[in-house]
Amino acid sequence: MRAKATKRRKYSKKTYRESMSMGLLAVPGIILLLVFNYIPMFGIVIAFKDYKPLKGILGSEWCGWDNFKFFFTSQDAVRTIRNTLCYNIGFIVFGTMASVGLALLFYHLRSRRALKVYNTVIIMPKFLSAVILAFLVEIFLNYRFGLLNHLISALGGTGPDWYTQPAAWPFILTITKMWGSVGVSSMIYYASLMSLDGELLEAAQLDGANLVKRIWHVMLPHLTPVIIIQVILNIGQLFTGDFGLFYQVPQDQGLLYPTTDIINTYTFRALMDGNLARSTAVGLFQSVAGLIMVVGTNAIIKKVSPENTLF
Amino acid sequence: MRKKKSKGQIVLHIVFLLLMVAYILPFVCLVASSFTDETALVQNGYSLLPSKFSLEAYKTVFRTPMKMIRAYGVTITFTLAATLLSTVVMSLLAYPLSRPNFIWRKQLNFFVYFTMLFSGGMVPSYLLIRNVLHIDNTILVYILPGLVSAYYVMIIRTSYRAIPDELVEAAKIDGAKELFICFKIIIPLSKASIASVAFLFLVEKWNDWMTSMLYIRNPDLYSLQYLLQKLLREADALKNYTGLGMSSELMPTETMRFAMAIVAAGPVLVIFPYFQKYFTKGMTLGGVKG
Repeated sequence: MRAKATKRRKYSKKTYRESMSMGLLAVPGIILLLVFNYIPMFGIVIAFKDYKPLKGILGSEWCGWDNFKFFFTSQDAVRTIRNTLCYNIGFIVFGTMASVGLALLFYHLRSRRALKVYNTVIIMPKFLSAVILAFLVEIFLNYRFGLLNHLISALGGTGPDWYTQPAAWPFILTITKMWGSVGVSSMIYYASLMSLDGELLEAAQLDGANLVKRIWHVMLPHLTPVIIIQVILNIGQLFTGDFGLFYQVPQDQGLLYPTTDIINTYTFRALMDGNLARSTAVGLFQSVAGLIMVVGTNAIIKKVSPENTLF
Repeated sequence: MRKKKSKGQIVLHIVFLLLMVAYILPFVCLVASSFTDETALVQNGYSLLPSKFSLEAYKTVFRTPMKMIRAYGVTITFTLAATLLSTVVMSLLAYPLSRPNFIWRKQLNFFVYFTMLFSGGMVPSYLLIRNVLHIDNTILVYILPGLVSAYYVMIIRTSYRAIPDELVEAAKIDGAKELFICFKIIIPLSKASIASVAFLFLVEKWNDWMTSMLYIRNPDLYSLQYLLQKLLREADALKNYTGLGMSSELMPTETMRFAMAIVAAGPVLVIFPYFQKYFTKGMTLGGVKG
């Protein structure tokens, strides 16, 4: 709104001068974005080329949609797209439930001191790299030494080598992801609960509402708008994969690809195998799908709650 | 209703304590395993307490500490350099974006924001860095790419905007120039937010393993996390770690991996929680639109 006042009229000399000096501040940032973000965007032409490193990008032959066709007619397309979407949907469903639940637990905690301690511990995984995460998961799942197989053999069974059991990985990865991320995402809901009117809760209690009823009829309705926004924002990221989680934690075991290979790990492997054109094509598909999702979900948010739009 | 001391609170604490176990147990195991005698570990597996205490794993790790020290050195260098540069560049870039009298604000805003919506992907950047800029296999590859993150710029911009306009106007009446306002008023008043962003960025850089994997061929330039990844995944890497002179049978390979993980990750786990204030602040700032 403030911008509009200056926008319509011709800028005075002073405004120009000021803008020039402010623009100067932006120059290093602009140059870096140009070099490392905008120039690579032109590289997407590789997706339409039969790229040969020796011939270079411009020298390589055009091949139309061949790289895309190759990917979309292969088993890999079904597998990676299905995995990317299904995991993200699972993360949204379980992540929302877990972080709302955790926020409610935090909210009912009376001791500030305890809250701080619990909170610090639960947020800690955010400081860990995916590599360390892989270590921690292996402590549980190692075939010979892992805690899980020890427990199983203590109970009289024999545990399998989990790193060869694709069926187990949707659970393992979802649990790992939840372990790592609910701490931070619960903070958003907790912050929202802090703004809940205490009198409303007292009134509900006076009317005889028990804890479950208070949660169901007072707290959850209070959180609903925040939940909706968070879910929509996450839906916008449906095609974005957590490369660290999916590459490090399953330790890149080929046997596990059916349930652990996502678009990001696929493009990475294609790059490492030297299939640069195919990797670019799949990456481009992911970028475009992601762009559509973000713009789409943003349009929805604009209708639901304009103050939460991204742009 | 939140004043009554009740059974409810006790139940709540029990739930939280169980959660704590779920969060702390893996670390306890990690530490315990690193202090366990190799043969005892092979026999008994990982456990919460060392079945037979031994410092052998750490002795082996520190017998030839050069690799670890180098990886630490490289990681500390690029983390500090990148965080410093990035914070400066992003705080400056955010300034004109926050000022209503900047006439190209809309254009610049789109220019920054678009990088969040669309990217060329991994391969074009890879080719740019390797074949055009030739900064692969140097420390610069850790520092320069990704120095400006649109998301963080937006967070900083939002915090600049939260500063009352009157303050800027008053300074202007006193004859202050835009640059003076930026460096002497806006940036000092936004120190806390900038520190939060800097800390988020620092954690990200510290945990970087992918850059080494893609671009670094010289083992002396491996980042700490990548060295760790190699040791986790490749038995050969572990054997080569100590160099020649030690047969693989004598090496406590299993426990050594954990000792490595502790040496590589431990310091950070002790230090970072002290900065958690900034961390939480940065995370919640992200939810605010400018």
